[in-house]
Amino acid sequence: MSDATKTTNLTVAQQLREVRWYQQPRWRRLGALLSLGLLMSMVTGVQGTHNDIFYAVRENFSDGSVAVWLGLALLVWAVREFASAPFTSSARKVKGTLVTPLGAVGRLWSTERWVRWGVIAAFAAILVWGPMGLSRFWQTVLVDQIAIYLLVAVGLNVVIGWAGMLDLGFIAFFAIGAYSAAFWTGALPVQPPVVLNNFLVIPLAVITCLIAGVLLGAPTLRLRGDYLAIVTLGFHEIVYLAAKNLGDVTGGTSGVKVDRWHIDLGFWTYEWNVIDQMPFYWLLLAFIAIVVFLFIRLEHSKVGRAWTAIREDEVAAASTGVDTVRYKLMAFAIGASTSGIAGVAYASKVGYINSENFVILLSILVLSYVIFGGMGSIPGVLFGAAFLVWLPEFLRDFVDPKDRHMYLGALLVVMMIYRPQGVIPSRRRQRELEMAEAGTGGADATGPASGRQS
Amino acid sequence: MSGAADLTKETEQTGERTDTPMLELRDLRVFYGAIEALKGINVKVYEGEVVALLGANGAGKSTTLRTASGMLSPRDGQVLFHGERIDGIKSHDLVRFGIGHVPEGRRVFPRMTVRENLEMGAYRFKAPDPDDMDRVFTLFPRLSERRTQLGGTLSGGEQQMLAIGRALMGKPELLLLDEPSMGLAPLIVRQIFDILEEINKQGTTVLLVEQNASQALQLADRGYVLETGSVAMADEASALLADPRVRAAYLGEGAA
Repeated sequence: MSDATKTTNLTVAQQLREVRWYQQPRWRRLGALLSLGLLMSMVTGVQGTHNDIFYAVRENFSDGSVAVWLGLALLVWAVREFASAPFTSSARKVKGTLVTPLGAVGRLWSTERWVRWGVIAAFAAILVWGPMGLSRFWQTVLVDQIAIYLLVAVGLNVVIGWAGMLDLGFIAFFAIGAYSAAFWTGALPVQPPVVLNNFLVIPLAVITCLIAGVLLGAPTLRLRGDYLAIVTLGFHEIVYLAAKNLGDVTGGTSGVKVDRWHIDLGFWTYEWNVIDQMPFYWLLLAFIAIVVFLFIRLEHSKVGRAWTAIREDEVAAASTGVDTVRYKLMAFAIGASTSGIAGVAYASKVGYINSENFVILLSILVLSYVIFGGMGSIPGVLFGAAFLVWLPEFLRDFVDPKDRHMYLGALLVVMMIYRPQGVIPSRRRQRELEMAEAGTGGADATGPASGRQS
Repeated sequence: MSGAADLTKETEQTGERTDTPMLELRDLRVFYGAIEALKGINVKVYEGEVVALLGANGAGKSTTLRTASGMLSPRDGQVLFHGERIDGIKSHDLVRFGIGHVPEGRRVFPRMTVRENLEMGAYRFKAPDPDDMDRVFTLFPRLSERRTQLGGTLSGGEQQMLAIGRALMGKPELLLLDEPSMGLAPLIVRQIFDILEEINKQGTTVLLVEQNASQALQLADRGYVLETGSVAMADEASALLADPRVRAAYLGEGAA
């Protein structure tokens, strides 16, 4: 490869043509594997600080666990780079003849109708009854966090994944939904004209969020992607600080108690209680199922196609008859109202909200769920939200709880370098990245042509 | 297609017609901030015609077309379509009136396939008309070969064809084209202008903005020459083509 002693004798062109060692993929892969090894040694090693911030690092280095992990990484890299031939060729040989169970199901899936329905039914059954087998801790995580953030992420996906508008303040709508629930159930210091049941609050929260979304969107939609992002950031801060400082209205940081989900039909009453998480889970599962079903329909409708066109090129979209302002507003409003439903669900589940439930970090986290899973792809976003909410809770058993988001950050960095399209990317997003790599377009967060409106 | 029978009505030799033009720009004044880009422009496009707007860079050609297509609003003056005022109507709504617009710089959807691009062109309808799709593929055989290719990976000429094809999918009565020859090889420009002629013969009225005066005037029935925001000359295309001033300014002496 490159030889440092020779470079002095090379012409400028030859020097420039030389591929630097750090530009070679194999060294980049080594870097990635070593970082992964280091990360794993930290996750699995000694935790805590003991009044010395380097305590854990020093301990892990001195007891050799770092060396073991790095050695393992080096070994994997060396085998992959220099001795992979026997493995891949034999794997290929096996692959030709092997009938994997998943492959067999996959083949039947595409040919046999009953297999398709069977798999779907089995999957649905696991979704519905599976969590009964979980520990109470995980049930709570599932209901309080995963299910709620799934809803928020699916809503944000409409705004950023489909319409291509970068929204950094999405949790503002979540807060508006939650405070709507608190207001209409009579939990806030200010009393509503009529106290309503939590379920009846949902349409009101949706309408409130629609209005808030349109109010925010109407004056700002002419802005380019990055300016819009700052505006949404500001909007979030306004909502958050209003919730925090208007203590007489919102309860501020000390918070308010909100009634939990309950049904009162006069002759029959039912209350979701804190003892059992499952009824909450089933309720939220129903919400998610309905929202996801509607959104899948939406994606392939005329509205979905208009969003795609706007993301690709606004001028061209307008010239084919797409009302760009209307559809962008619509995306904003639909996303906002989904987030609002999640807010109602959150308040009515946890039974208590304060302003600190709606900090800016959450907006950023939800954005990372969407990007991690795959912008614009509903399965991707569902997976991204579920996985990234689960991971910090899972890490609780292994690392210092204060460090959990650090590992989340590391994972996001690695992910964006090696798989920027997300875990389960949408077909179109995949195309964008391929074309960006081939130099025939850009692939920033908000799509190729978001800034081209004059 | 309505009233296709009398589309071929010849323009009178005197140049003045008394019937209502399909598109009329009346005393159009457009400003960019304080700068007056159009200083009272009058343009008439009759049904079945091809009209070319010519002029140097900055003469106001594109501004005129963008005003006609609803992307800009005039400060003064009117845009009339079949005698009805349409200025102030947004470009996406004008599509429903049967005004197709091929924007400057082609502007295809880069991540959609050729077919998807064409389907977007028929966005104002419930579903794309398969006959229109066939028509576009017949007019542009090169697009037909590249149905599943992504718009952004096409060559410049193919993208221009796609942009025109996409506009045709909206069944326009009037097609507005902004510099269809921009940045294209002479051979491709020839092909595109031949196809525009064919489209016009099939009954679509065309208003185009062009730098390439010789190609445009060979295709057009009439032409307008713009200079710094006003109409400097308006005449039959053949007369303009023969005019020594036009030849000097836009064709280069002796070239044709």
